[in-house]
Amino acid sequence: MTRTVLDPTSERSPAHRERVARPSSLTGLKVGLLDISKARGNVFLDRLEELLTARDVTVSRFAKPTFTKPAPIDLRHEIATQCDVVIEALAD
Amino acid sequence: MNLVAVVKRDCPTCSLIEPVLKQLDAAMDVTLEVVTQDDPAFPSGVTQVQFDDDLFYSYHHDIETVPTLLRVDEGVEQSRLVGWKRDEWESFTGVPDLGPGLPDWRPGCGSLSVDPSLVDELRTRFEGHRLKARRVDLADLEDDIEAMFDRGWSDGLPVVPPTETRVLRMLQGTTRAPDEIVAVVPPDLVECTVEKVAINAVLAGCLPEYLPVVLTAVEAACTDEFNMHGLLATTMPVGPVMIVNGPVRQRIGMNAGVNVLGQGNRANSTIGRALQLTVRNVGGGRPGGVDRATQGNPGKLSFCFPEDEEGSPFEPLHVERGFAPDASTITLFPGEGPRGLVDQLSRDPESLARSFAACLRTVQHPKLPMVFDAILIIGPEHGRVFKEAGWTKAQLKERLHELTLLDGAEIIRGAHGIAEGVPEGFKDVQLPKFRPDGLLIVHAGGGAGLFSTIIGGWANGETGSQPTTREIRS
Repeated sequence: MTRTVLDPTSERSPAHRERVARPSSLTGLKVGLLDISKARGNVFLDRLEELLTARDVTVSRFAKPTFTKPAPIDLRHEIATQCDVVIEALAD
Repeated sequence: MNLVAVVKRDCPTCSLIEPVLKQLDAAMDVTLEVVTQDDPAFPSGVTQVQFDDDLFYSYHHDIETVPTLLRVDEGVEQSRLVGWKRDEWESFTGVPDLGPGLPDWRPGCGSLSVDPSLVDELRTRFEGHRLKARRVDLADLEDDIEAMFDRGWSDGLPVVPPTETRVLRMLQGTTRAPDEIVAVVPPDLVECTVEKVAINAVLAGCLPEYLPVVLTAVEAACTDEFNMHGLLATTMPVGPVMIVNGPVRQRIGMNAGVNVLGQGNRANSTIGRALQLTVRNVGGGRPGGVDRATQGNPGKLSFCFPEDEEGSPFEPLHVERGFAPDASTITLFPGEGPRGLVDQLSRDPESLARSFAACLRTVQHPKLPMVFDAILIIGPEHGRVFKEAGWTKAQLKERLHELTLLDGAEIIRGAHGIAEGVPEGFKDVQLPKFRPDGLLIVHAGGGAGLFSTIIGGWANGETGSQPTTREIRS
């Protein structure tokens, strides 16, 4: 169950943690492919997976329940703990 | 006359007066509505029954006891009765001969809306909207305590996750509104509300009854006089040291006795931490950021203790500083960690004062006068020596002033082969170790041990930090 706490800070910084720096190479990294559930996003990501796998990059697939809402906190946490990098298929 | 009776079936008194409610419902000049907390079928034989299954009505009308009978005019309560007392109910309602055959009097039961197992949940449901702080969701797979560390909200020790329920419970400790501004907190100079202090007090592990002390500590710290910004930013190993005086000490269970400066008492340990966490989280003051301490000291996690006024041979600190004996206060002092002072042989006050002075002369450096204040915490066995000799605090202070005068020739730069010291020009004069009023004397500790404690200060004075005392409000 999602638990909610109150922010003890001045709230001058975003509540979510900063993105990590963009890596110079994907070699040896675990890459997540996030389908936001827009039409044909999966087609694009299927092709990316083929290309990345051919280069010996480890790929995991994720999908948002709906493109209309931000990714649920649990999904974000799952991606953050399992992957070094995430590629998000944004548009149809 | 419009009446509202709040009842629950589980209450024997409510069941007992079921016939009374029927009588009132049937009375000519009475319109009765019964609000029932636990059973929509109770009471029987009454026309208007509202099932208060979410306890909204009971909570918002501050119902503490059932039965409660309210007299209402155009939706506004005029007066109320609690429990069952026949003559009171008859005069309150104007209906005679209520409940023939019933006992004259029975006390009521606790309302479900104040049931200890429900009240936190109800407060969260009905008052959660009063809290303005940003909500942060934690993921299922996150450990709550680790999540606090991950977000940078901890001082390095585990903190209590500040849920709405816990923060609302904390706010029960004060009469101040959650959105009231307490202080502008350095170094980021952020306006800090009662709510934000309460959130940090939850993190620190405080109980609600500590909150007024924490609020006052935040107020006192964030003054120009105390200069929390400078104290935070300094490279010296100092932080706010807090001394609590007055009745609040016993009310919240602080420890002024055995191990007074050590671990083990929740109030002593968490009040200082709540101030430090407020400075860290609200003010943005973090080690390695604006906090530039070369070495710091463990007291920067939390350093708060009460004076043992009752066992003291002297007037307590807050009285000396102009407050009434029955006032509760907190005094903030910019201090380093405590250091021991051992004298197990002196049994007369002059000898003991000389020991104190010898140790006090070394505060920060034996050749540096007038810069650093100090707190002298006299242990009970040392205190007894002055008590038996009839010395007053003023007398001890005066003697310590005399005994800590430093000869210029002894403390100029280069004297004793030590480069540190005062400029050559002071060679022929005497300098006091402490500024006037730069030595604070308090009494605390366990009953055994001929020991006292010194806490050295920081750059004291108008250009640094002044010891600052504030009265604690509810």
